Amino acid sequence: MNVRKIVVCVKAVPDPKRASEIRIDPRTKTLTRADVPLVINQLDRHAMEAALKLAGEVGAEVTAISMGPPPAAAVLKECLAMGAGRAVLLSDRSFAGADAYATAYTLAKGIEVDGMPDLVVCGMSSSDGSTEWVAPELSVFLDCPVVTGVIGLEATGNAGLKVSARLDNGYRVVKVNGGPVVLAVTRELNTPRNISFSGIIKARKKEVAIWNLERLGIAAAAVGQDGSPTIISGMRVAESTRKVQMIEGTREAKAEELVRLLAAAGVL
Amino acid sequence: MAREIGPVWVFVEQCGGNVLPVSYELVGKGRELADELGTSLEAVLLGDSVTGLAGELFRGGVDRLYVGDDVLLKYYQPEMYVPMIVDLARERKPEIFLVGSTACGKELAPLVAARLKTGISAHCIDLALDGNRLLEQIIPAYGGLISIVCPEMRPQMATIAKGVFALPGPAGRHGTGELVELAVPQAEPMKTELLEVVYEEAAGLTLDSAATIVAGGAGAKDAAGWRMVEVLADELGAALGATRPPVDEGWIELDRMIGQSGKMVTPDFYIGVGLSGELQHMVGIVGAKLMVAINNDPKAPVFDQVDYGLVDDCQEFLPVLIAKIRQFKQGKTAA
Ligand SMILES: Cc1cc2nc3c(=O)[nH]c(=O)nc-3n(C[C@H](O)[C@H](O)[C@H](O)COP(=O)(O)OP(=O)(O)OC[C@H]3O[C@@H](n4cnc5c(N)ncnc54)[C@H](O)[C@@H]3O)c2cc1C
Ligand SMILES: Nc1ncnc2c1ncn2[C@@H]1O[C@H](COP(=O)(O)O)[C@@H](O)[C@H]1O
Repeated sequence: MNVRKIVVCVKAVPDPKRASEIRIDPRTKTLTRADVPLVINQLDRHAMEAALKLAGEVGAEVTAISMGPPPAAAVLKECLAMGAGRAVLLSDRSFAGADAYATAYTLAKGIEVDGMPDLVVCGMSSSDGSTEWVAPELSVFLDCPVVTGVIGLEATGNAGLKVSARLDNGYRVVKVNGGPVVLAVTRELNTPRNISFSGIIKARKKEVAIWNLERLGIAAAAVGQDGSPTIISGMRVAESTRKVQMIEGTREAKAEELVRLLAAAGVL
Repeated sequence: MAREIGPVWVFVEQCGGNVLPVSYELVGKGRELADELGTSLEAVLLGDSVTGLAGELFRGGVDRLYVGDDVLLKYYQPEMYVPMIVDLARERKPEIFLVGSTACGKELAPLVAARLKTGISAHCIDLALDGNRLLEQIIPAYGGLISIVCPEMRPQMATIAKGVFALPGPAGRHGTGELVELAVPQAEPMKTELLEVVYEEAAGLTLDSAATIVAGGAGAKDAAGWRMVEVLADELGAALGATRPPVDEGWIELDRMIGQSGKMVTPDFYIGVGLSGELQHMVGIVGAKLMVAINNDPKAPVFDQVDYGLVDDCQEFLPVLIAKIRQFKQGKTAA
């Protein structure tokens, strides 16, 4: 299996450190709008690293692709600085409100329009959606196999790729005989490289291509909210059934009280 | 809207010839949903020498069991499993299809869903039928609970973690069911080849059956701070758990994460250290008997969700607590 072209799917997500600012308003039952900046989904940096490392070994080209609003371009710039050769942002008003199915469909069309790669690398999950669906669904739309939970990746020359992937109580080793294939990687696989100064300079000269619905040549009914089989039908505030009792006093006194609770419960 | 309602489906996952507990739990929930809809409960089981498992599944409430029993099906392999399930689903047209949120289930379920062009929701913490008899799939998000439905496409699919639903009680059904053997497709040259499956012993006390759990969060601050959370767990003979940030930081393995996309656990005693009480974590621990939270912010949402709250900086407090615990244990052995 010759790996010449690798695509990495990268999602721009609300900064997880500030994600709790987006809340359900208990009165209006709608989301409070907060200006949480978009950052690269943490696991997608591991996906980028896997692609760049493999590309370095076999001499392939790496393209980063994302579906998202225009500000997501900044995240793709970061991918260019990390070492991606090209970056494509799929962006159109009609893409908004997509569930995993419509997201995977749109990404698949973007990937096809660009020319089928030998390998597509995704993160295992996104910090905001976190469905873990996009990579497997993408493989269905691209009509190719998928391996999720990847913890090891080795190019074995013409023989293909050797992939290790997490199971609940161990792991499995899978040989991929031919591309294209979609992989969803975990943080166990690698440590993402830092962005170098020369990387930033190089990225400055590169453009993020922006493709809309028309460019992908697909129907508006197949993307975004209209193309999503699932919808959010309701939102409510969760109520807790517990009533808290605060443990007060000096640090010593609080520690003693907690020890007493632990002893009373038979833990100690 | 007189539409015939298809069966409720459960994917029964087995490992080494044993049905996984989560699959039994889903059989229990599936039975409830099927009764409410006035339809039947069907299950799909794939494996090697697994036909003998039928009896227990019928007792759990399955009306009809489809079994693919073949050495080729011993392990989950998507290129074998997915087409079999998709073909059968096209024929049987299930209304609902529940799958356990395991490594295999999480890969298999979206592969089936996308081929059937239907929707699927992940990590549900509850399922119910709404006024339109649609499957309401409940998921924590943004500090509340959102419901997701799949109005048009069928089946309505969801993955659910172990521990969300109870095992079907012994008072369940004693009925027998119908066993249907599935033909195993000719092995075609596959694009992927399973070379080996390696099982590993989990290190440390497992969360699943732990009576005491200490869980740490982002408030542990750094690896040294995390070490103190570990020591606390050790001293208490507790299993160590975490929220997502410590996993992202690499202080602890993903299989230690508690919550919606991690483990659902029900210890007798839970201590949460330096975690905010985000619902995605808390749903994994709601079943605990007694809950204590330690957080330096008196307004942290976690204090609305536990039995005992303690406001302090964990870096400062844990060494004092650990010393007191050691002192107590010494006093006990001396006495
Ligand atoms: C779809 C989805 C699924 C998810 N699934 C899960 C899941 O299964 N499990 C999970 O845990 N998360 C999950 N998350 C993430 C979740 O939303 C939260 O981000 C996470 O639980 C927060 O972890 P935390 O409480 O440790 O961190 P934070 O929310 O950052 O809270 C840290 C807390 O520590 C306190 N603190 C800070 N310093 C100190 C100190 N020195 N001493 C004491 N206290 C201190 C702070 O006051 C704060 O309350 C999921 C998110 C999404 C979107
Ligand atoms: N909008 C998107 N654009 C590009 N890649 C995405 C997008 N959404 C999800 N992905 C990819 O799919 C992976 C899993 O996301 P999810 O299924 O949302 O948990 C992510 O780590 C990304 O690699």
